[in-house]
Amino acid sequence: MSTTKTRDLARPAPAKASPAKPRRGLRGSPTFNFWLFTGPFLIGLAIFVYAPILWSLWLSFFEARFTVTPDKFVGFENYTYMLTNDDFVGSLVTFTVFAAFIVPTTWALSLGLALLVNRLRFMRAFFRSVFFLPTACSYVAAALIWKMSIFSGVRFGLMNTVIGWFGVENIAWLADPNPPWYWLVIVTARLWLQSGFYMILFLAALQNIPGELYEAAAIDGAKPGWQTFRHITLPQLRATSTAVILLLLIAAYQAFDEFFNLLSKTTWGRPPLVELYYKALGESQDYGSGSAGAVILTVLICAVTLLQGKFMGFGRGDESK
Amino acid sequence: MSALSNSNWSRRSLFRAAAGMAAAGSLAACGGNNGRSGGAGSGVDLTQFFHAYGEAGTEQAIKKYAKAYDKANVTTQWITSADFESKLFATLLTKNAPDLFEFHPQIQMIKSGQVADLTDIIDPVKSDFNPADIKSHTVDGKIYGVRMIDDPQFFFYRKSMLEKAKVEVPTTLDELMEAAAKLTTGKVKGLYMGNDLHNVINPMIWSAGADTLDAKNQIAYHTPGVIEGIKKMRKLFTSGNLLLGAPTESWDPSSLNQGLCAIQFCGMWAMPGIQKALGDDWGVFPFPKTVDSGKQSVYNGGWSMFVNAKGKNVDAAKEYVKWLWIDQKEYQEDWATSYGFHIPPRTSIAQSATKLKSGNAAEGVRLFNEFGHFDNIGWTQAMISSLEDVFANSVRKDMDPEAALDKADTAVNRELKKLFG
Repeated sequence: MSTTKTRDLARPAPAKASPAKPRRGLRGSPTFNFWLFTGPFLIGLAIFVYAPILWSLWLSFFEARFTVTPDKFVGFENYTYMLTNDDFVGSLVTFTVFAAFIVPTTWALSLGLALLVNRLRFMRAFFRSVFFLPTACSYVAAALIWKMSIFSGVRFGLMNTVIGWFGVENIAWLADPNPPWYWLVIVTARLWLQSGFYMILFLAALQNIPGELYEAAAIDGAKPGWQTFRHITLPQLRATSTAVILLLLIAAYQAFDEFFNLLSKTTWGRPPLVELYYKALGESQDYGSGSAGAVILTVLICAVTLLQGKFMGFGRGDESK
Repeated sequence: MSALSNSNWSRRSLFRAAAGMAAAGSLAACGGNNGRSGGAGSGVDLTQFFHAYGEAGTEQAIKKYAKAYDKANVTTQWITSADFESKLFATLLTKNAPDLFEFHPQIQMIKSGQVADLTDIIDPVKSDFNPADIKSHTVDGKIYGVRMIDDPQFFFYRKSMLEKAKVEVPTTLDELMEAAAKLTTGKVKGLYMGNDLHNVINPMIWSAGADTLDAKNQIAYHTPGVIEGIKKMRKLFTSGNLLLGAPTESWDPSSLNQGLCAIQFCGMWAMPGIQKALGDDWGVFPFPKTVDSGKQSVYNGGWSMFVNAKGKNVDAAKEYVKWLWIDQKEYQEDWATSYGFHIPPRTSIAQSATKLKSGNAAEGVRLFNEFGHFDNIGWTQAMISSLEDVFANSVRKDMDPEAALDKADTAVNRELKKLFG
C-alpha cells in the first residue's frame, strides 16, 4: 500500500494584500492629502480675502462712484484726496489716542487677571470662565448695553443713577464731546470684551514657566511678590507680551463696531475704519476713495506691525531668552 | 475611542445627512417672508426693501398688499432703520439687489442708472399728485419715483407744561431757547431735538431764510443768517436745557411721552402714539424763525418707491408699483393713516382722509401746506453728511461756524462738480 502525501498542505495561502503595506495611489499621496485639507481653506482665502484686496487696490485708481466696475482711471487722485482729507488724517490721530489707552490697559488688566486666577486655589475654573465669557459677546450687543443701559444720558441710566446718589447732575456720556466722556464708555466696553481672551494667553504662558526658577530664586534669597514678578515672571512672559501687544494694536486699528454703535455720526471718536465707512463707502458710495483709504491703512498697519515686532523682538527665540 | 468612531456614521450617511440639510435649507428658503401661504403667483419673483417703520402693524400691512397682488410673487425685506441705507446701497451693486425699494429722491441714483424712469406710469395721474412731490422726483422731464407718503416734521409740546411755566408757543429761535430754560426742571428737560440734532439742520437753514442749494444747484446754505443760527444752536446745546443722551432718537416720541422733555422735534407719523399716551395734552408748532428776516419752516420728508433699473424684472416691478402706489387708493390711504399719520401725496386721497381733518392732525396738514419745504433731488447723501458734520463740529464741538461751513463747501462743491460738471 502506498501512501501518498499531498504537498498541497504545504502550499502557501492565496496571496492577500498585506495589511502593513501602505496604500498606493492618490489617497496615499502626501501631496494629495495636503491639498485635500488646505485646498478648501486656500480657495476661501483667495475668494474672500485676496480677491477683494486686489479688487480694492484696482478700484483705488479709478473714479468708482456708485459702482465697483468703473472705467474712468484717475491715477493717484483718490490717494491724494484721502491723504489731504482732515477727517481721514484726524481718524489716525483718534486711533493713536485709542491705542495709547487700550493697549496698555488691556495688557495690564489681562496680565493681572491671569496672575490672580493662576494663584487661586478654589473655584479656579469658575473665575476663568467668568473672565473669559465676555469674549463670546458680540461687540454690537455690548455697545448697545453700554449705550442704552449703563451710560444712557438720562436719569435712569445706571451710571447716572449712581452719580445721582452723590448729588452729581446727569452726564450725557456720548452726546456731548466736552468733556470727552465717550472715551470712558469706549475703553470700558472694549476692556470688558477683550481682557478675558488675553488673560487666557497669559495664563498659558504663566503655566509654562518652570517652577525650578522660582525655587532657585528663593534659595538665592529673592523675595516672593514684586521682586520675583519683576525678575522672573515678567521676563519669562516677554514673547507672550509681545504677541499680546501686537494683537491688541492690530485690533485697535480694526476697531469699528463699538465706535460705530456708540458714537453714531459724530465727527469725533472716529477710528480709520469708521471714517472710511462714512466718508468713502457707506452712504456716499465712493468706492474709489474708500479703497484708497483702505490701502493706505493696510500699508500703515503692516509698517507699524513690522516695526513693533522689530523693536520688541517678536520671534527672536524662546520665552526664556 | 471617540464617540464619532463608535457610532454608525459612515461617509455615505454623512453625505445623506448633508444632502438632507441642503434640501431642508432650500425648502426653508422657499418660504420667504412674503406673507403667502404657499402660492407662487405668476412665476415672477419681486423683492422689495423697506426700512423698519416704528408704528405697529406697518410690516404686516406691506405684506398684506404684496399678498393681494396676483401677477407676481412679491417678497418684502424689512430692514432695521439704522442699517437701511448702507444695506440698500451695498446690495444695489450685487445680483441680490431688490427689484423695488423705498428711498428719498436723489440725483446721483439717476445719474448712475440705479433707478428706472417711471414717467409712463405716473403721467396719467400726474395732476392728482402734490406738484412739489412730482418736482422733487423729476430730472430732465422724467419722473423717477412714486411718492408713497409725505411726512411733515415739527415740534410737539405738552400743553400743560407750557401753561404751568407760563410759556407761549415759540415763534423765534430765541423764544424757543427761553422756553427751554423755563420748562427745564429737576427731572424734565425743556427741549429734545435728537441726540445728533440732524433732523433740525434743514429746518434751521430754511428758518434762516436760506436753502441747501439754489435753483442753479449752487450752495445756498452759507449765509450770515445760518451762521447766526448755528451760534444760537450752540448756546442751546450748552445751556443744560436740552435733553441729551436719550435712549431713542427724535423720530421716536418716547422722550415726550415718558416725560423726559416738554418739547420734542418729531414727525407727524408719531401723532397716534402721542395721542394714546398723552390724550389731548399736546400741540404742534413749526421750527421757529432762526433770525428776524427768516420764516418758520417745516420739513416735508417722506418715502418714495423706486424701481431698480438694473433688476431682472424691471417691467414687472413697474407694473407692481403702478398697481399698488397708483391704482390701489384704498391701500394708499390705509398706509398713510391707519398706523402712523402721514399725508397722502395724492390730492384726492389727502382731501378725503377723514383722520387728517380734525385736531392736531389737521393742524399738521396746515403747517405742511403753509411752511413746508420738500426734498431737493440735487441734495445728495454726501452733501447731507457734510452739513451733519457742520452741526457736529460747530454746535456740539464748538468749532467756528464760518470755518465749519467753509469745510462743508469744499466737500459739497466736490460733489456738485462730479454731478453737474
